[in-house]
Amino acid sequence: MNRQISLLQSIGLGFLGLACFLGFWQGMSMSGLVSNIFLPSPFEVYERFTALIDRRFAGATLPGHLGASFMRFAYGFLLAAAIGIPLGLLMGWYQLLDEIVSPLFDALRFVAPIAWVPFAALWFGTGIGGPIMIIFAGAFPPCVINAYRGAKFVDPRLIEAANMLGTPSRRVIMEVLLPSSVPSIISGLRVSAGLGWQSLVGAELIVASAGVGYMMVQGQANVQTHTVMAGMVAIGLVGLALDTALRGVERVIQKRRGLEN
Amino acid sequence: MPRRVSIGLATIAVAFVLWFGLTTVFGIIPSGRFPSPAETWSALVHVSGRGYGGGDLTLHVYNSLRLVVMGFLFAIATGGPLGLLMGWSRRAEAVINPIFLIIRPIPPLAWIPLAILWLGLGDAAKIMVIWFSAFVPSVINTFAGVRNIDRPVLEAAYMLGMPKFRFVTEVLVPGASPMIFTGLRLSLQASWTTLVAAELVGAFYGIGRVLNVAQQDLYPGMILVGMIAVAILGWGTTRILGLAEARALRWNTAALAAKG
Repeated sequence: MNRQISLLQSIGLGFLGLACFLGFWQGMSMSGLVSNIFLPSPFEVYERFTALIDRRFAGATLPGHLGASFMRFAYGFLLAAAIGIPLGLLMGWYQLLDEIVSPLFDALRFVAPIAWVPFAALWFGTGIGGPIMIIFAGAFPPCVINAYRGAKFVDPRLIEAANMLGTPSRRVIMEVLLPSSVPSIISGLRVSAGLGWQSLVGAELIVASAGVGYMMVQGQANVQTHTVMAGMVAIGLVGLALDTALRGVERVIQKRRGLEN
Repeated sequence: MPRRVSIGLATIAVAFVLWFGLTTVFGIIPSGRFPSPAETWSALVHVSGRGYGGGDLTLHVYNSLRLVVMGFLFAIATGGPLGLLMGWSRRAEAVINPIFLIIRPIPPLAWIPLAILWLGLGDAAKIMVIWFSAFVPSVINTFAGVRNIDRPVLEAAYMLGMPKFRFVTEVLVPGASPMIFTGLRLSLQASWTTLVAAELVGAFYGIGRVLNVAQQDLYPGMILVGMIAVAILGWGTTRILGLAEARALRWNTAALAAKG
């Protein structure tokens, strides 16, 4: 576009941007234009974050809440992957199943995952079952869609070659179809993890008695803006770590397939 | 009728019969867990006639729709130009990108408690969280759209000495528009999710409010009505956006058709 800039310049400008952002924030909270209660400075948020690591708030420390959230996340996400990926693959391989399931799936897809909260609470309670169902509702569709795409758009030449060589259909599935849909499945998992984590936070804001979302709601009820912000930082960090980990897996698999770009 | 459509209709018919059978005829699913078709219908009549959770269905739908449209338009109006700027100037990108890297991992729903602290339970807080959820996808996709424009097109515009304003309106925006619309679709979905969550956490009107009150009243019929309303609204607005896209990108499909 209009001018290329060097790496050094771009790093320098990046720091400038961050400094402006944090400086503006610090300035706003120091100037007294906005009450400190509603806009704590970045430093205060950092202090609160470190304090919460070993001080209890709303029944647990920050790592305790994160642990509770992450457990639910892991259950819901694994359940979504365990059901969604096989369903998507089967829909990609068997046209009849695709034609039967697609209309139901499309109709349900338009229900925002968070709208399942009332039924989740009614069916599974607000402890661990309800939130798991919400994560499932968020993480399930991308698992199905990407597994479906992976299975549907296999290079037809590979299947033809396997058929021509008289490979039995079970081996075609295990050795041709399944491996070639792996990259698509992994990117689906990455999208799923992001949506699942976000749905979990939403569920914990509404119905839960532990977890980071619950901690934030309690912070909000006690007008502790720094606790709410510390919760946001924690959620962002976990989300980022999840995404980075799955991105790493994605890259390793692409490299092994020679699909690297 | 194509095979796909007839099988689809048959599936939906079977699902409906199963629903009716399991709830009403055999009573395997108790009505305290999931409503029968008749209970859902009576809940719909209840909310559209006498009203439920502070108003009738039209009022709730109107409020939710209004907030999504306002937050969404506000996000496009701010995110689009920022994305164009970042795509246009490497310097702007270098300054703004790190701030994005910090804010992006925080899911929009996590802004809800902060929005309530800052702005209370009214419309302003909802618009703030919808803005957050729709802003990020519109910036990122507009930015990517600008970077995807063919270089020769840009160079031709430079060479012909196109004035800046016309360059933006006649080259950058149309060139980026296929990606911009992808971003808008993601933004719209995020807006609905965020709005429903924000209304579930606390609101005076809206579909999320209906869901929340129905959950507290243990009223499965009303919960289902609320969910169907959310789905129809989400589907309808996506559809309108799709029509707008087809209209705005007519030149593009024409160009594609001419090519092959």
